[in-house]
Amino acid sequence: MIGARSRVLVVDDDPSLAEMLGIVLRAESLDPAFVADGARAVSAFREVRPDLVLLDLMLPGADGIQICREIRQESLVPIIMLTAKADTVDVVKGLEAGADDYVIKPFKPIELVARIRAQMRRTDTDHPESLAIGEVTIDVAGHQVRRAGVPIQLTPLEFDLLVALARKPRQVFTREHLLQQVWKYRHAGDTRLVNVHVQRLRSKIETDPENPEVVLTVRGVGYKAGPP
Amino acid sequence: MTTSPPTTSRTRFRSLVRELRLRVRIGARAAWRHWRRSLQLRVAIITMAIAGAVVIVISLILFDQIRSQQLAAKNDAAVSQAQVGVQYARNQVVAVPSGDPRTIREALQRTVDELQTRGGSAGRFSIVMINRDTTTPLAQPSFSGLTTALPDSLISSVGEGTQAYQYAVMPTEAGDPVPSLVVGAPVPSQSGTYELYYVFPLDQEQRSLDDIRSTVVTSGLALVVLVAGVGALVTQLVVSPVRLAAQTAEQLASGQLERRLPIRGEDDLARLAGSFNRMAASLQRQITQLEDLSRLQQRFTSDVSHELRTPLTTVRMAADVLHSARADFPPDVSRSTELLQTELGRFEALLTDLLEISRYDAGAASLVAEPTDLGALVTDVLTMAQPLAERRDARLRVTLPEAAVIAEIDSRRIERIVRNLVLNAIHHGGGGLIEVALAGSKTAAAITVRDRGPGLNREEALRVFDRFWRADPARSRHGGGTGLGLSISREDARLHGGWLQVWGRPSKGTQFRLTLPLQQGVELEGSPLPLEPQTDTDDPYEIVAGPPAAAP
Repeated sequence: MIGARSRVLVVDDDPSLAEMLGIVLRAESLDPAFVADGARAVSAFREVRPDLVLLDLMLPGADGIQICREIRQESLVPIIMLTAKADTVDVVKGLEAGADDYVIKPFKPIELVARIRAQMRRTDTDHPESLAIGEVTIDVAGHQVRRAGVPIQLTPLEFDLLVALARKPRQVFTREHLLQQVWKYRHAGDTRLVNVHVQRLRSKIETDPENPEVVLTVRGVGYKAGPP
Repeated sequence: MTTSPPTTSRTRFRSLVRELRLRVRIGARAAWRHWRRSLQLRVAIITMAIAGAVVIVISLILFDQIRSQQLAAKNDAAVSQAQVGVQYARNQVVAVPSGDPRTIREALQRTVDELQTRGGSAGRFSIVMINRDTTTPLAQPSFSGLTTALPDSLISSVGEGTQAYQYAVMPTEAGDPVPSLVVGAPVPSQSGTYELYYVFPLDQEQRSLDDIRSTVVTSGLALVVLVAGVGALVTQLVVSPVRLAAQTAEQLASGQLERRLPIRGEDDLARLAGSFNRMAASLQRQITQLEDLSRLQQRFTSDVSHELRTPLTTVRMAADVLHSARADFPPDVSRSTELLQTELGRFEALLTDLLEISRYDAGAASLVAEPTDLGALVTDVLTMAQPLAERRDARLRVTLPEAAVIAEIDSRRIERIVRNLVLNAIHHGGGGLIEVALAGSKTAAAITVRDRGPGLNREEALRVFDRFWRADPARSRHGGGTGLGLSISREDARLHGGWLQVWGRPSKGTQFRLTLPLQQGVELEGSPLPLEPQTDTDDPYEIVAGPPAAAP
């Protein structure tokens, strides 16, 4: 990633906001591409092959959540939603559809850039490190997760979440702690992010997501890794 | 030695009595409940009681009249027959020459026999003739035993020389004594005064009276039961539609707005059902209208939210770009970008709060509750507020319980409440000590925030949760708040089924108390912390989260 400018696909129908986003992203040495039409979003995504997607949830012509789901089906690229509403079901639906994070309008440029950076600066280690929780093995340097030998595709965020839990198997992580460590939130964030992503992670790595063995819930506190 | 038998049996008896008393009490209570709950039972019993009383009174009067009429008829007949007999006896006795007792006895016997054979309108009878002069021979009575049974009071009345009668129980030929009418009269003669007594048994009259009585009682009972039955039936006719209406009303109340009463005929009950249905229809219409309005309001809120926020985002970002480049601008332009920046912040906060409160007004706010450690939440808020507190010379002191207080809450909303209260205390506390306390009980948690500012009077305390209300209009704009913070906090608390209350005294400061149920859906019964602050005491679990108190 070093050297090449990271490409960001902006899916937004408001031309002024899109242009303003372009100004801010370019100032941060990012390379923005734009698509205003929701119906063209997925094909634009295939053409641009961005490193990150900024997706407005309320788009005319297409459902932002549907676009999110379609992109997630073919790619593990980080997706950040732009939304006007924080406490509606839309946010949770978006997260469940595969979005990694969201920003509430109106946001400050610095806040948006911080969220983008947090999603792009995922765990990178050169020295080999191997972790295990139950049947799940993690090759940290190789970004590989296997369950009983079978490889599992995780998004960078899900991977980081799992690594964070697996590195300290005895520690109970509060949601706030995980928000800081995995999402790089410096202030209090929305704990629903953690809940939804733990659910998504469980659906991929647990044999029975209803009775998790890898990522355990500690009632009233947070989450911890299952026994190795 | 075991307990002696009498004691055991006495104890057993006592417990038996106790149990019996208990059962009676339970039975009485059940009956009373039934009485209170069932209109039908009440009407039936009341009708039965009234009908019963009326029937008893009427039958008593009726019976008494029948009896006295019957007796009077018998009486008249008996007395006139006795008079005729006495007259005949007198004639016979006068004709008897005195002296020979045998002749006298024979004459008397003949007279008695003669009288005995005469019938009359008064029915069967027996005859006794006596003489006070015991030496005088007398005629045989109709049968033996009759003479001694004659009532003394009657004999003495007759002894005074007048005809008299009396009711008495007299023996009969068959042997069984029966109530009888006894008529006596003196029969004067040369050989002394005889007395003639007629005994008319009243057994036939008794029998017919008994028959009448049993008929009256039976028909009376039947009448009472009939009336009670009619009462119950009539009530049933009225009560069952009323019960149906009550049931339908319940269903309406529980949200089944399409429920209606069936209308049969054109009577009062049909009219009742008609008006009930009209009321239900009008209710349904209004509720549907309200729901539509609420939906409309929700959509409006959501639309405004999106439509306003998108341009505001662009403006905000543009202002930020300008603001970060302000060093390159001439002083006036630079200052303008600063003003733009701060006022945009206020505008944003106001918009956020307005949208939040309109979400509450539209009933669109939803609760996402999770078990959360309130102690950690309070600590987080205080850590966040610390820089501002230092700038305002306010000291923050927090009292947390030893055990964690975990409540099912929407942490975003509760944190917003606590942040609001703490920031308010810093803004209005005038730089003094701000005490924050958390406590939990088995069912509830409470957080209090107290400042030592100018405080609130009664009227102000009542208005503090009003929208856009400010305690001191003169310094209104310096507080920085939108004027909606406490209104939103109150709604946030309500959404959790909790309380947000305020205590205030002029120059004594203000204390806000937030009480939350530990589990959602559980009704609050009290708060673990008092609303009114207690006198300052040192708490053993005190954690000082602010700079140490200035040396006195």
